[in-house]
Amino acid sequence: MALLSIRDLNVNFQSMDGTVEAVKSISLDIEPGKCLGVVGESGSGKSQTFMAAMGLLAPNARTSGSVMLEGQEILGRSQNELNQIRGRDMSMIFQDPLTALTPHMKIGIQMEEMLNLHSNIRGAEAKKLCLDWMNRVHIPEARARLGQYPHELSGGMRQRVMIAMAMLNQPKLLIADEPTTALDVTVQAEILDLMHTLKTEENTAIALITHDMGVVARMCDDVQVMRHGQFVEGGTTDQIFSNPQEAYTQELLSAMPRIDGDDVRPDISPDAGTVLDVTDVEVTFDVKKPGGLIPRTLPLRAVRGVSFDLAEGETLGIVGESGCGKSTLARAVLQLIDPTQGSVAWLGRDLVGLSKSSLKPHRKDLQIVFQDPLASLDPRMTISASIEEPLKEFQPGLTRTQRLEVVADMMERVGLSANMINRYPHELSGGQNQRVGIARAMINKPRLIICDEAVSALDVSIQAQILTLLKDLQAEFGMSMLFISHDLSVVRSISNRIMVLYLGRVVEMASRDQIFDDPKHPYTMSLISAVPVPDPKVEASRQRIRLPGELPSPMDPGAMWRFLPSRKPEEGSVEMPGMTQVAPGHVVQEHDSIEDIHRLTPQA
Amino acid sequence: MLNFIIRRIAVAIPTLIILLIASFWLMQTAPGGPFTSERPLPAQVLANIEAKYGLDQPVYKQLWDYVVGILTQFDFGPSYKYKDRSVNDIIAQGFPVTLTYGVISFLVAIIVGGALGISAAIRQNSWLDYFAVGVTIGAQVLPNFVMAPILILVFTLWLGWLPGGGWNGGQWQHIIMPVIALSTSYMASIARLMRSSMLEVLRSNFIRTARAKGLPERTIIWRHALKPSLLPVVSYLGPAFVGMVTGSFIIDAIFGTGGIGYFYVNAAFNRDYAVMMGLTILLGSMTILFNMVVDILYAWIDPKIRL
Repeated sequence: MALLSIRDLNVNFQSMDGTVEAVKSISLDIEPGKCLGVVGESGSGKSQTFMAAMGLLAPNARTSGSVMLEGQEILGRSQNELNQIRGRDMSMIFQDPLTALTPHMKIGIQMEEMLNLHSNIRGAEAKKLCLDWMNRVHIPEARARLGQYPHELSGGMRQRVMIAMAMLNQPKLLIADEPTTALDVTVQAEILDLMHTLKTEENTAIALITHDMGVVARMCDDVQVMRHGQFVEGGTTDQIFSNPQEAYTQELLSAMPRIDGDDVRPDISPDAGTVLDVTDVEVTFDVKKPGGLIPRTLPLRAVRGVSFDLAEGETLGIVGESGCGKSTLARAVLQLIDPTQGSVAWLGRDLVGLSKSSLKPHRKDLQIVFQDPLASLDPRMTISASIEEPLKEFQPGLTRTQRLEVVADMMERVGLSANMINRYPHELSGGQNQRVGIARAMINKPRLIICDEAVSALDVSIQAQILTLLKDLQAEFGMSMLFISHDLSVVRSISNRIMVLYLGRVVEMASRDQIFDDPKHPYTMSLISAVPVPDPKVEASRQRIRLPGELPSPMDPGAMWRFLPSRKPEEGSVEMPGMTQVAPGHVVQEHDSIEDIHRLTPQA
Repeated sequence: MLNFIIRRIAVAIPTLIILLIASFWLMQTAPGGPFTSERPLPAQVLANIEAKYGLDQPVYKQLWDYVVGILTQFDFGPSYKYKDRSVNDIIAQGFPVTLTYGVISFLVAIIVGGALGISAAIRQNSWLDYFAVGVTIGAQVLPNFVMAPILILVFTLWLGWLPGGGWNGGQWQHIIMPVIALSTSYMASIARLMRSSMLEVLRSNFIRTARAKGLPERTIIWRHALKPSLLPVVSYLGPAFVGMVTGSFIIDAIFGTGGIGYFYVNAAFNRDYAVMMGLTILLGSMTILFNMVVDILYAWIDPKIRL
């Protein structure tokens, strides 16, 4: 008998505008010790299905059908009865670990709450059990962490705490709703490993809700695909990946860019002139240091001496984990933040230190597309007004009719239909809004576009469309691009060259194929090996490259020497590892071998 | 924490000095003086009076003497209007009255407003919620100069339960109506703030986590939701507390309670410089003090804030 068995589940939300059918007649089974992947894009009803199973739906939701946990019906139970089951027989972890823990309560107290609720374990014994689980989810200095507040831990650490807390009463079912979507790839890989261990060692059944086919290939035994609240296709992971029956499943699989794909991105011709030349750019922020009679600030070196150039029509991908200075670098290039040091030469002219008014003519050529498409558009302007605005600024000679014509052409070009001109951003989907953002950036035919996580918030199929659009626009208009993303597969699919950043410093820069086929730096290798590939057979044979320790704080002066422990200088030295050229166009920061790094790094 | 308090006091001193100079200068530049009246005094008499109070001295000298007086003897000088009474006497008489009904009003506003706001949020869209929203809107639109006479009409003239005014050493019968009149609008604001912030917190992710853990609703509200939802309320409490304990001219005028609010407004009309300045400094210091208390409360609620 299945542990969790859902039959003909319907979830409706009653709203002012009528009834919204979020889940339509979904059935699924999860066996003990198995992982079921529930895959779908936003609005597919995958989360609501399991919120219904936990009894956590919003008050305006109506359900029908059946949800059986170990043969007992869950639907229709009172909150008091559900409270007996939640946290004891089944637990749930969520997407955003940064907001999932109560901010004003210490971690140990939040964990002990679980034991007080569902078991007789109290006092020292409870503390010991919490500590035990903190160690099992590989939290360093676990004892001290129990006395800390959530904000003192990184996102990855907080997700581990969530898992440890969810597992305290050894539930039979763990529901994980996009547990790694908000995390960096290396952290994602750690969390997935951890869940895999729980499955095999504790025989915990796992329901993994995700949009990422790579994660499914790595983790799941069975898969169920959902779309618009409906069942599309289900089966074992091997069946779904090797022989998908439904068109939508095939589309999902092919839309996902792969780091082992065979697509080609031709190199830029060596004759192409350099448009952007960035030399030794540094950006330092002052961070307030708490305590002390007189408040002091410490310098946080977000970008420490980055140099690169960019040819006409070329795309340079910038990858790195959160806090590595990707976005700061982008803003420094555009002079949206003043670099503390270094030069940014645009067409041979240094932009650093130019006044606002002398920068302005260059703005026409230097454009940026941001991550959150809705938040980066003015909610009070129609989308055509947003797209039109740069025209008024830079081509004041155009009449209103001419401008509208240009806007209409550009909207058509980016795939927005003409009847949308008077729509407002909130009336459009995320993908459509990102098309508006791109149209706005492209309207004056700029020569450089910076895409700062421009597709990260979008569903995979929309993401694929936007990437294709960007490539097409580049082929047509010949602009150069800086493409910033934490997602290596996406960066690979669009870039000619790739730069890997680590704590504000370039650790490796090479052509796209050199980076992926022949990475030299241990950090690059660990990043690539952590990216899941949407193919269970490939996933089973891949080797993870692990680095010792956690990503250090950028304030830590020794952090730069994490990959070169053999030559770590004395405290207080400002020296940094140098760069070496290993092949034409392939530069790498000096580093030790992975074995030496493991050997020379003191274990926490 | 100690460092924070020391830093705050270090900033408070220049703030108070600027406040002092600015209010002194404003009062000096306004035409007229405490001894100008419709029938002008004979020039000789006026000169004698001005010499007595030191008003014939240059302005900077007056200011200097005034500051020295405060710092060395804690003496805020004599009142120009109430003969034979110093500003210290007036504060000593009026401030305890104001403080008494102010603190009680503050507590009533917090307890009633907080309870109303929390229960409305927990039972959103129930009759209790509609009732609470209705009451708070009503309480906010009813100004206290309308409310106070209505209270007197009902409880003194019709029912005869409570005395219509006076203080009588702070007997409880004399405190009830001033407290109701003063606290109602603050209570309504607190209830509305509490309701909306509690609703927002109840929709947040960590409350979803708490529900997924199987915690009973009571524990969720009191242990997980209450503290974070207090943040916007606390930032309102600082100015509200100062507003209540520094007195209200309307309360003092209608109920004849004799608090400093009455003296303050009259001092302005009478050009009673010394009383005006003394009370300004008192209120300024209290404002600075309670903003500091609010910041400390913030750090207690939110562990991310380090002082």
